[in-house]
Amino acid sequence: MADGQEWVEVEASNFKQLLDELAIKHPGLAPQIKRGVSLSLDGVIYREAWFTEIGPENEIILMPYMVGG
Amino acid sequence: MKMIPVETTINGDRTEFLCNSDESLLDVLRDRLGLTGAKEGCGTGDCGACSVTLNGRLVCSCLVLGVEVDGAEVETIEGMADGEMLHPLQRIFIEEAALQCGICTPGILIAAKSLLEKNPDPTDTEVRYWLAGNLCRCTGYDKIIKAVQKAAAEMRAA
Amino acid sequence: MALDHQAKRDFKVVGTRVARPDGIDKVTGKAAYGADITAPGMLFGRILRSPHAHARIKSIDVSEAAKAPGVKAVVTSADLASPDDEYYADIRDNCLAREKVLYDGHAVAAVAATSKAAAKAAIRLIKVDYEILPHVTDVDEAMKPDAPVVQEGRALENVPAGMSQNVTSHFEFGHGDLDAGFAKADKIIERTFKTAATHQGYIEPQACMASLGTDGRGEVWCCTQGQYMVRANCAEVLGIEASQLRVISSEIGGGFGGKTTTFIEPVALALSRKSGKPVKIVMTREEVLRATGPTVSTSMDIKIGMTNEGRITAARGELRYQGGAFPCGTVEFGAQAAFAAYDLEAVQTLGWNVMTNRPKEIAYRAPGAPTSIYAVESVVDELCQELGLDPLDVRLLNAARKGTLSAYGPTFNEIGLVATLEAAKAHPHYNAPLGPNQGRGLSCGFWFNFGGNTCVSLNINDDGTIGVVEGNPDIGGSRASISMMAAEELGVPYDKVRTVIADTTSLGFNDVTDGSRVTFAVGLATIKAARAAIQEMCKRVAKIWGIDEDAVLWEDGFAKPSGPNAGTHPPMSLAEIAAIAGNTGGPIAGHHEVNADGAGVSFGVHLVDTEVDPETGATKILRYTIFQDAGKAVHPDYVEGQMQGGAVQGIGWALNEEYIYGEDGRLQNAGFLDYRIPVASDLPSIETVILEIPNPGHPYGVRGVGETPIVPPLAAISNAVSRAAGVRMTELPMSPPRLLKAMSA
Repeated sequence: MADGQEWVEVEASNFKQLLDELAIKHPGLAPQIKRGVSLSLDGVIYREAWFTEIGPENEIILMPYMVGG
Repeated sequence: MKMIPVETTINGDRTEFLCNSDESLLDVLRDRLGLTGAKEGCGTGDCGACSVTLNGRLVCSCLVLGVEVDGAEVETIEGMADGEMLHPLQRIFIEEAALQCGICTPGILIAAKSLLEKNPDPTDTEVRYWLAGNLCRCTGYDKIIKAVQKAAAEMRAA
Repeated sequence: MALDHQAKRDFKVVGTRVARPDGIDKVTGKAAYGADITAPGMLFGRILRSPHAHARIKSIDVSEAAKAPGVKAVVTSADLASPDDEYYADIRDNCLAREKVLYDGHAVAAVAATSKAAAKAAIRLIKVDYEILPHVTDVDEAMKPDAPVVQEGRALENVPAGMSQNVTSHFEFGHGDLDAGFAKADKIIERTFKTAATHQGYIEPQACMASLGTDGRGEVWCCTQGQYMVRANCAEVLGIEASQLRVISSEIGGGFGGKTTTFIEPVALALSRKSGKPVKIVMTREEVLRATGPTVSTSMDIKIGMTNEGRITAARGELRYQGGAFPCGTVEFGAQAAFAAYDLEAVQTLGWNVMTNRPKEIAYRAPGAPTSIYAVESVVDELCQELGLDPLDVRLLNAARKGTLSAYGPTFNEIGLVATLEAAKAHPHYNAPLGPNQGRGLSCGFWFNFGGNTCVSLNINDDGTIGVVEGNPDIGGSRASISMMAAEELGVPYDKVRTVIADTTSLGFNDVTDGSRVTFAVGLATIKAARAAIQEMCKRVAKIWGIDEDAVLWEDGFAKPSGPNAGTHPPMSLAEIAAIAGNTGGPIAGHHEVNADGAGVSFGVHLVDTEVDPETGATKILRYTIFQDAGKAVHPDYVEGQMQGGAVQGIGWALNEEYIYGEDGRLQNAGFLDYRIPVASDLPSIETVILEIPNPGHPYGVRGVGETPIVPPLAAISNAVSRAAGVRMTELPMSPPRLLKAMSA
């Protein structure tokens, strides 16, 4: 969705900054971000926690917001 | 349509009520007599959640008319315990975690009690086929069968 | 909150099998479920439903119905508000149809009358003028460019141009070079699968009693998996302020995800507001099947490449899910879960969410996962058979472990897949002999689980008992588990703790009971609330003893001096501290509010032996064993109960359960006779093996367990049947007529 790129680079020190930066740099992602994404940080999933700190060593994956049944 | 007077015995108590000719026994128990232990899961006799006994016979109360119980004896889940003394089936169901949401439990207890009155020493297969008319969606039936067998053993030893 | 670093903690309460607090009420018939209460002056509500799969509503004439004997109110969509948010607008349109009816059974209008009979008679007097439109119920048909369009303009920006408007969203996951991966394979198998929609089959139909005044203050009693969700939905749909609406959750007769949304509560509230009386609505079984939320039905293509030694070199899945007449968000979970069990260099899953003229889908245990994993595990099994490899060994060779880059993105932490596979391999079931027409199958299963918004309040009562107030309806025995964790943390006996489920006025917001989240998240919040209460109790005792707060420690239910420097003070029990709380500052409590993260995924493996009758195509389940990682089993009976219950639902899904639509787009089997769920005589005893690989995200290591068990049965049974009958069933359910047809082909 980010113009066909699998990996993108942004500057951010927490989850919210990351999402804000992504939406600016890759506007194609903005609607999905607005709908809700979860963050996986070194394998642990954070559903919506904006202030989760991110450092240069962390593996970050964005995923659609999760629900269950 | 005029309502019809019915005289019956429920859990040993003489009971009188008025109902319409098209009301089921389940409707009467729940809406007129405050006996909400029997549950409506389907209204078509397929789930057994409304099980009661009528003159000692296991029936789906959603398939019995209210007027049919005139002069008869009805036993519901509310009559299974004796005051504060639970029936062994009731007590063992709790001990063996044979219920989760509990909605099917009254029907299953009535059905199991009815089985053990006729056959105090059933095989697992006999228990499963007897209870085939009582749907449970939570437990997978496993702990229910084990609890019925444990209660049966206790009742045989008594 | 990280796992407690008390190396091998000796739990005193957690892990034992205590009696549940709601047991006596449930075995005596006293427990109050959704349909069990009445109120003075109560009216009975009844809903008129569309007999057409797709039609424009030209007009609705309620005048005759409004005048009918006993009728006190009639409502249509015009009596509901207009939420801006698409999510709530869809809920509103599903509760009462606006311009079009979108599926057979879609609610159109409702009446409230003084008796059930009067309400039933009155809805027949409502005249609806329909303009029937063409309909579509099959997922593949609905994707075709010329398919009848269910709703216009609902596609998200990620759907390519030129597709039918019924396609509402698209997702892609994966990593690596697929072409290179397939090039390395010695054998590639490509298959297409189709599964029918199923229903959660909770034995208790939706039921509620609602009361709403013209001042916007109201109350709802209902069976639900989330009273805060009900409050939010009703507030939006009725245009009232959420905190003016008190929602009380009754005991619930099954949910499994099907009661994580609202169907009748907003309608009952609208009727109550209009009539000035409380209104009770209870759905019939037919209404439940036609007009609540079944699962998606699916069409899936899976392609997997494997070496002769059993290593998967590449895997690709394309999933098409229809979620009924409103946009759904389920294929993405199916796509993420599909290959989650495997360590893959090259993997890709694509998913499409599609609309049809069918009821709006809602979750059923692990939403989206059972079907995609059924397809994947079937192809893996077929590869094993073609290459002459042991299916368990192949799973072990390719299994995801700690450090594996998962197919859906994150790198796994500690997970229990290998442990469950090894336990299955070592179990006597795996090598037990089989007879003619019998076959053994296995499948892995997975669910993400999550935490969510949670509030817990823990009160130390003046009599030394503990009151825990939490906000999540108990659908599996969680009240007992929560009490156990509180008892463990405080060091008091289990029977001193009472856990109750609060209504919406008593606590802050709680997410619904879903995602296998309660034992994990509410448990975690309870433990933290207990620790807060302990801290307060130590503070009080420190004052009594005249020493520093940090010189007091808590052990086994007592406040004790932390060392010889703290002085000699006889320990004070919780009960003693509670009794004098009034003298030391006032009542003592702890509370915790959190949006919990750190839930651990739960892997499972199911092993099943089946026998197929060559004359009838009927499949008998001979033996069934479940292996699942629970992290830490707080109450082993309830963990086993989840495993067995979920597995049996999966068995029904695999063998018999399906939504059957006619050419006219109407549901043909809206009852328990023809929507056939498993009964006791269909099943053998189900053995359970609980493994415990602790989840670092919970103080006791708890992982959610409720959803994973429904995932493996579909493929496990299909794989067993392929060995028993020599046919690979790529369509579910594998009902006797289908199996017979395949065997004689």
